[in-house]
Amino acid sequence: MSRKSESRHQLSLFDPAIMRTAAIDAVKKLSPHALAANPVIFVTETVAALVTFLWLRSLWLGRGDSPSFSGQIALWLWFTVLFANFAEAVAEGRGKARAATLRASRSDTLAKRLVDPEGRSHLDRVYSTVSARQLRVGDVVLVEAGDLIPSDGDIIDGMASVNESAITGESAPVIREAGGDRCAVTGGTTVLSDWIKVRISAQPGNTFIDRMIALVEGAERQKTPNELALSVLLVGLTLMFLIAVVTLWSFATYSHTTVSVTVLVSLLVTLIPTTIGGLLSAIGIAGMDRLVRFNVLATSGRAVEAAGDVDTLLLDKTGTITFGNRMASEFIALPGVELRKLAEVALISSLADETPEGRSIIALAKTDYGIAEPDLTAKSPVVIPFAAQTRLSGIDIGESRLRKGAVDSVLKFVGLPADQVAPEFRQSVDRISRMGGTPLAVAVDHSLLGLIYLKDVVKPGIKERFAALRAMGIKTVMITGDNPLTAAAIATEAGVDDFLAEATPEDKLNFIRKEQTGGRLVAMCGDGTNDAPALAQADVGVAMQTGTQAAREAGNMVDLDSDPTKLIEVVEIGKQLLMTRGSLTTFSIANDVAKYFAILPALFLATYPELGALNVMRLSSPQSAILSAVIFNAVIIVLLIPLALSGVSYRPVGAAALLRRNLLIYGLGGLIAPFVGIKVIDLVVTALHLS
Amino acid sequence: MTLVGWLQIGLILGLVALTARPLGLYMARVFSGERTLLSPLLGSTERIFYWLAGVEPDHEQGWLAYTSSMLVFSATGFASLYAILRLQAYLPFNPRHFANIPPDLAFNTAISFLTNTNWQAYSGETSMSNFTQMAGLTVHNFLSAATGVALAIAVTRAFARHNAATLGNFWVDITRATLYVFLPFSLLIAVTFIATGVPQTLAGSVDAVTLEGARQVIALGPVASQEAIKQFGTNGGGFFNANAAHPFENPNALANLLQIWALLAVPFGLLVTFGKMVGSEKQGWALFKIAGLVLVGAVVIVYAAESFGNPLLTHLGLDPSGGNMEGKETRFGIALSSLYAVATTATSCGGVNAMMDSFAPLGGLVPMFLMQLGLITPGGVGSGLYGLIVFAIITVFIGGLMVGRTPEFLGKKIESREVKLAILAVLILPLAILGFSAVAAVLPSALASLGNNGPHGLSEILYAYTSAAGNNGSAFAGLNANTPWWNVTTGIAMVLGRFGYVVPVMAMAGSIAAKKKVQASLGTLPTDGGLFVGLMIGVILIVGGLQFLPALALGPMVEHFLMLAGKTF
Repeated sequence: MSRKSESRHQLSLFDPAIMRTAAIDAVKKLSPHALAANPVIFVTETVAALVTFLWLRSLWLGRGDSPSFSGQIALWLWFTVLFANFAEAVAEGRGKARAATLRASRSDTLAKRLVDPEGRSHLDRVYSTVSARQLRVGDVVLVEAGDLIPSDGDIIDGMASVNESAITGESAPVIREAGGDRCAVTGGTTVLSDWIKVRISAQPGNTFIDRMIALVEGAERQKTPNELALSVLLVGLTLMFLIAVVTLWSFATYSHTTVSVTVLVSLLVTLIPTTIGGLLSAIGIAGMDRLVRFNVLATSGRAVEAAGDVDTLLLDKTGTITFGNRMASEFIALPGVELRKLAEVALISSLADETPEGRSIIALAKTDYGIAEPDLTAKSPVVIPFAAQTRLSGIDIGESRLRKGAVDSVLKFVGLPADQVAPEFRQSVDRISRMGGTPLAVAVDHSLLGLIYLKDVVKPGIKERFAALRAMGIKTVMITGDNPLTAAAIATEAGVDDFLAEATPEDKLNFIRKEQTGGRLVAMCGDGTNDAPALAQADVGVAMQTGTQAAREAGNMVDLDSDPTKLIEVVEIGKQLLMTRGSLTTFSIANDVAKYFAILPALFLATYPELGALNVMRLSSPQSAILSAVIFNAVIIVLLIPLALSGVSYRPVGAAALLRRNLLIYGLGGLIAPFVGIKVIDLVVTALHLS
Repeated sequence: MTLVGWLQIGLILGLVALTARPLGLYMARVFSGERTLLSPLLGSTERIFYWLAGVEPDHEQGWLAYTSSMLVFSATGFASLYAILRLQAYLPFNPRHFANIPPDLAFNTAISFLTNTNWQAYSGETSMSNFTQMAGLTVHNFLSAATGVALAIAVTRAFARHNAATLGNFWVDITRATLYVFLPFSLLIAVTFIATGVPQTLAGSVDAVTLEGARQVIALGPVASQEAIKQFGTNGGGFFNANAAHPFENPNALANLLQIWALLAVPFGLLVTFGKMVGSEKQGWALFKIAGLVLVGAVVIVYAAESFGNPLLTHLGLDPSGGNMEGKETRFGIALSSLYAVATTATSCGGVNAMMDSFAPLGGLVPMFLMQLGLITPGGVGSGLYGLIVFAIITVFIGGLMVGRTPEFLGKKIESREVKLAILAVLILPLAILGFSAVAAVLPSALASLGNNGPHGLSEILYAYTSAAGNNGSAFAGLNANTPWWNVTTGIAMVLGRFGYVVPVMAMAGSIAAKKKVQASLGTLPTDGGLFVGLMIGVILIVGGLQFLPALALGPMVEHFLMLAGKTF
């Protein structure tokens, strides 16, 4: 994944300021009311309180276990709860820090509300100054250079360069203008030059920045569907072990063994899935945060999960698969024409051409053909700009007229009937079209010189990314307005699985519906108002921040960088979130095996010394075995916080390979790690004479 | 362990594997309503039944209607069986004039046969009339098996369909299961049993004078017919108290082979049926491997434990090479007794050809553990399949997340509702087994029934509730279960294990059937490969088994270590 956008304005994972706040929050989160949403940790807290009571009782009345033992158990049980709270608080920390920055930009701004919104003349800019909070939907405000845009809206008049760094973190200004797909402005951003009239489209308190603050802060965080399902599983496991431990008291009585409550609840807490229970919400928050770091805002956690499930990616050709502009890649001279001559004419005729295509012709002539740029000032050249009627452009130098343009137009210019053109020329034109390129003819006066091959350049590395997506089981579909022939050529070159040529917004919508009916989840990105229905229909719709208000509201994610390629990263982040959840659940459950081997022999050693055979770790004493298991159970939460926050490493390979890898690391690792960990802790506990 | 022993085990298991596919595909045809070999013979009978009952065979039911039909059917079955048991003295075919069955035992027995448990707190040859055996118990051997299969088929359909509101018609499914599967095969098996020497008569008993001149009453009856469905429907309720250890139920090695094959055939065959009906035979075989591997692993442990013998006896001068033959029939030996013990507890059969109480501690632990896993390897007829599906869902839920997708099984998204219902079902077993055992372990009136004290006594308690809640019905023996406490509590455990389990499972099936089918891709967790097989076995052992470990540690495990240490108690 690109680190470009991630490095920007970000706090490190373990920023000291965040850690401090998190430590305080962890204590605040001890409130049973706050913990009720997390049943596993709630049970742990209840049990911790119970053991604390038993400890106090043994301290005062001298009954039950030794105070040192129950005191230590109580302490570590509280640590277990605190560590879980801490994990969540750390995950929330970065979001909170960012929300604070956003809040600063939201501080009450003054707005210039126009008295006569319909006034079109510059002279009619009569306004009253009001607070941004008083603006209502439909009001029209004037924003001039240096002003903060008071709220979200659409430009109805004017054009301005706007600094949107408050939202995107990108300080380079963007152009916003009335009409078209770049008319939306966001409250909290600054107009740098010129002026605009903005029609307000959001109620106060419900602006983009307001929603963004709520999202990054996690204030509106609700459990996502999958998180909910996993919580149910964890509650089920907790109940299961509750039954096992409660009934054990009776079996112990039958066996004439007394098992203290402290020991029984220690067994309970080590068996219930505290590891994943403690880290579950941190994983979810961190997943959202990872998106935010990629400058993508998801309006719900559900969307992030859906991203992991995506089967089909709809990608716009221009800007995503190919560079936005066609580039000259080759000169093809007619028979009998010198290639250098063609390159030179192409270069001169493009000198005044400021379009990216024109500049790419100059660059090609200079770099690949070594043509120097001639100094024409003395010859008083006349620039012939491109016109839609002639579809030609060029330059007149003295008597000679140099031209380049659409093949038909140039042929007309030189006065050559189509059937008299050299067959080689025809073939080259066909070849370029077939390859998805655009041929430009070049001529001087009445002689045709040759062709410039303008190529739709596929972004480097994109083919590999599509191959990786394919390995993950994701189908890529290219959307383009090109004709099917051209589309097919580019599709082949870019390595997409399918394409939709001459696509209208309705085509997109229908394609998404068709895929969904076939049981596939679809992700797409878009920016225009006409993309809105498709964005709303897609399971994951990423709207570009530069896009229209309609598009931004239709999608369930907004990309602040407006980089359509990011759709791929969004999918990967979704997958990583789910994988982290699954891997840590597996780890947590697999841990139980070792804990049984630690605690069971310790429980009944007094009555049945023979059960010592199960003490495969050779833990030094029953008390140290139990204490070590409880300590391991608490410490493992802290050790796994970095993994929960950064996510397990993701590789774009098929599901079978992923499962094998994660099962090996977290399944097998989860079986083995606690054997080692508990043994080590036991050695320390024994060395320190803690038990 | 001997080579011959392994060959015997291999032969029988091989036979089961060989017949699974044809039997499974046949059942898939039967429940899809397709024509089979028996259609010309039974088609009209089937239609007459529907006509008589006013059932529209094409009218399908949603999960609630299907489950309600099943519950009504079972309640009616309970009432009629309870009545027969309470009134058998007044009913015909009672040549030995057995009295009416007391209420608590009648309750327990009716529940037991209704739930396919066939826990027998009575001794058949000294309390049940031929009428009760035939019109009561044997009938329910068929119906409880057919009910299990019908439910499993309904759950299977949930995965085969998409956006569906119905799961089939309960009445049609039990009719087909009985007519096309259980009756014809039982007939064949019964005839084969008769050929091996199993009695089939309406005579009550014969009197014989032994060599010592003593008079002996030798109980007889329609044994072969009950024996056939007892095995083929994984019922396990024997005609005689000694069950398949009795020479009239299981006279020789051939009969024994047939017995074990018959009790494994349908549970394994249904896994193939599942694969076929959901459109992926490979998926069925994956479940087959999961169940098969656990079963084989269990056989290895039990056979090893029994062959190892008892060091305490070795100490007293007994040749350890003979292994532990206590409670075993010499005509079966250790290998076939071990295989029978595992097969009968890995399914919900519960018949025995040796006394589990006399098994080595580990030899007794494994059957108990197999039942605690939920009787899913491969489990009872039908109940095993839907139990396996519940675990497949839990496995997929954990494994699916690990590949970075929200979990799905056979194209169906597994969401909160499915997990909730699956967990609800899975919780029933620990609740019933550990809950009742915990009370019994400290209740003097319950403890009075124990034949042993110490860890072995605890094993007896645990085994009884495990067997009841798992709807297995095998007995550890050594426990006098015919007391009001045991009759009532094991009865409740049986109800919980059957209906408390299957109602949430059916609700889950209803919600799964209504889902759309998601297309599989390379990114989808493959659920038919070796990796999934391993993962699911791990989940079954850890999620399904671990919670029983503390209790087992105080029972058979400590017994094992005490035995190794040369201690008695």
